[in-house]
Amino acid sequence: MSVGSELTGLTIAQARDLLDAKEFSAVELTQAHLERIERLEPALKCHIEITPDVALAQATAADRAIGDGDQSPLTGIPTSLKDVLCTVDSHTTAGSQILKGYRSAYDATVVSKLRSAGAVFVGKGNTDEFAMGSSTENSSFFPTHNPWDIDRVPGGSSGGPAAAVAAAEAMFGLGSDTGGSIRQPAGFCGVVGLKPTYGRVSRFGLIAFASSLDQIGPFTRTVEDAAIVLEAIAGHDSKDSTSSPRDVPSFRGSLRTDLKGVRIGVAEEYSVSGMEAGVETAVANAIEQLALLGAEIVPVSLPHTRYALSTYYITAPAEASANLARFDGVRFGHSVDAPTIKEMYERTRGEGFGSEVKRRIMLGTYALSSGYYDAYYVKAQKVRTLIKQDFDRAFEQVDVIVAPTSPTTAFRIGDRIDDPYQMYLADVFTIPANMAGIPGISVPGGFSNDMPVGLQFLGQSFDEATLLAVAHAYEQSQPWVTMTPALQ
Amino acid sequence: MALTLADVDHVATLARLGLTDAERERMRDQLSVILDHIGELAELDTDSIPPTASVTNMTNVWRDDTVQPSFTTDQVFQNAPRVAEGCFVVRTPLGGEGDEA
Repeated sequence: MSVGSELTGLTIAQARDLLDAKEFSAVELTQAHLERIERLEPALKCHIEITPDVALAQATAADRAIGDGDQSPLTGIPTSLKDVLCTVDSHTTAGSQILKGYRSAYDATVVSKLRSAGAVFVGKGNTDEFAMGSSTENSSFFPTHNPWDIDRVPGGSSGGPAAAVAAAEAMFGLGSDTGGSIRQPAGFCGVVGLKPTYGRVSRFGLIAFASSLDQIGPFTRTVEDAAIVLEAIAGHDSKDSTSSPRDVPSFRGSLRTDLKGVRIGVAEEYSVSGMEAGVETAVANAIEQLALLGAEIVPVSLPHTRYALSTYYITAPAEASANLARFDGVRFGHSVDAPTIKEMYERTRGEGFGSEVKRRIMLGTYALSSGYYDAYYVKAQKVRTLIKQDFDRAFEQVDVIVAPTSPTTAFRIGDRIDDPYQMYLADVFTIPANMAGIPGISVPGGFSNDMPVGLQFLGQSFDEATLLAVAHAYEQSQPWVTMTPALQ
Repeated sequence: MALTLADVDHVATLARLGLTDAERERMRDQLSVILDHIGELAELDTDSIPPTASVTNMTNVWRDDTVQPSFTTDQVFQNAPRVAEGCFVVRTPLGGEGDEA
């Protein structure tokens, strides 16, 4: 094993100790990741833009901070940012031709927080266009490949940063999760992916998809690392009126290795027809393991789960159709001049948006249009209430709920791209958490047909501490975290 | 729920989205399938259920009305396709050719 691969195989927590002990420098750590990116990117294509100059300048500054004893937990740690997060020193495209070449005048709040913490930005991670998709095949630039099998998708929409962390091109990534876009690719790529409670992390500078559902969160190799990153990015932000004023606890401090006294719910609604047998087996094994660790397993019922997908495919496109109205060719982005302003809008948007984005704009506009607003949009908002009430009732009986992250492991590139509804089904187990605003985490839960299985834990609003504690206890009792894809 | 091409055209106009003929037909077919699935929500009796638009339970979030640094005009225009005399250039929206108020 070369020194480079030793460095890229570390967790954030391990790298922190070694950086602080001056075993290696932040520049060496960054160079090891940049070399790995250079070697692996032709096959994996995790990044829309790679930023070695930015990274090396940040790493140099990180070494100075460490030398001065002025470091934070993320100082010098290489990071992949999903390209829906605005950054001043690279392009921000949202995976769309309509934003090709766009340069933000400001950083997203999470980006400024990571910058202040001394993190190192190696690149902008690939994403389905405007985060709309479950495979990263809707990126208008190129699909990303799963590091465990390059003929398969990494999941999506945050497939770029998920695959980058799985392939050790970065020590952590940031993604966004509107209906599962962190947890599902984390499951497909065999890494940890955390969607915090809605309001826990500021959305300022996140290119909006569905504003009442979007939430930013980390990809990491371990639950402990997810806790470290969440502590760095969470907290109130006056620039996001939906961000919560609640205090951010020490998530890392609440991690534990046994589950005595913890009540874990299992809902029969998270088993559907067409599920991969290996996924069902992995989840059943995980439930046994949780019981062995001392947890009390409690059956719970979430009866409206089966309606979540339909609810989502009204609510999210409706919000998206409003959010994406700003891409009109006037202030930024792709623009087609035309004789009339209406034609200019239509041609700009017709050329600039890809097919999935158009589909969702159409669906959302339809659901909000005169004559259909009550039957679709308001109806979906009411069913959203029912989904949330299901969770409220379940959490009177249990502390967390365990479920599969997705019904299958990663599917083959091209398999679902022509059938939008089949693609939407990939998010059937992740969407309910977004509808209710609760936190969810996907952790590696074994393998099915040699591909990673994601095990999902769902927690109560603003109780990421318990969620992370349970996920950590499970992870530490299993070998999955030590298994990595066989990349050359 | 089967959509017609006229439905597709109406919604595309509302969304200011230019579609090719092939896209119009594909949209009609694909959206009809999706709307069929989504129609299952009608099974649920929601007459007495309040709608949820946001899960934060927060109302009226205020901040102090204080002067903050703002962008320079260079920053504001740095991505603009067409600029003249410190303004974004657009075709006249009213009274011009093709106006349909």
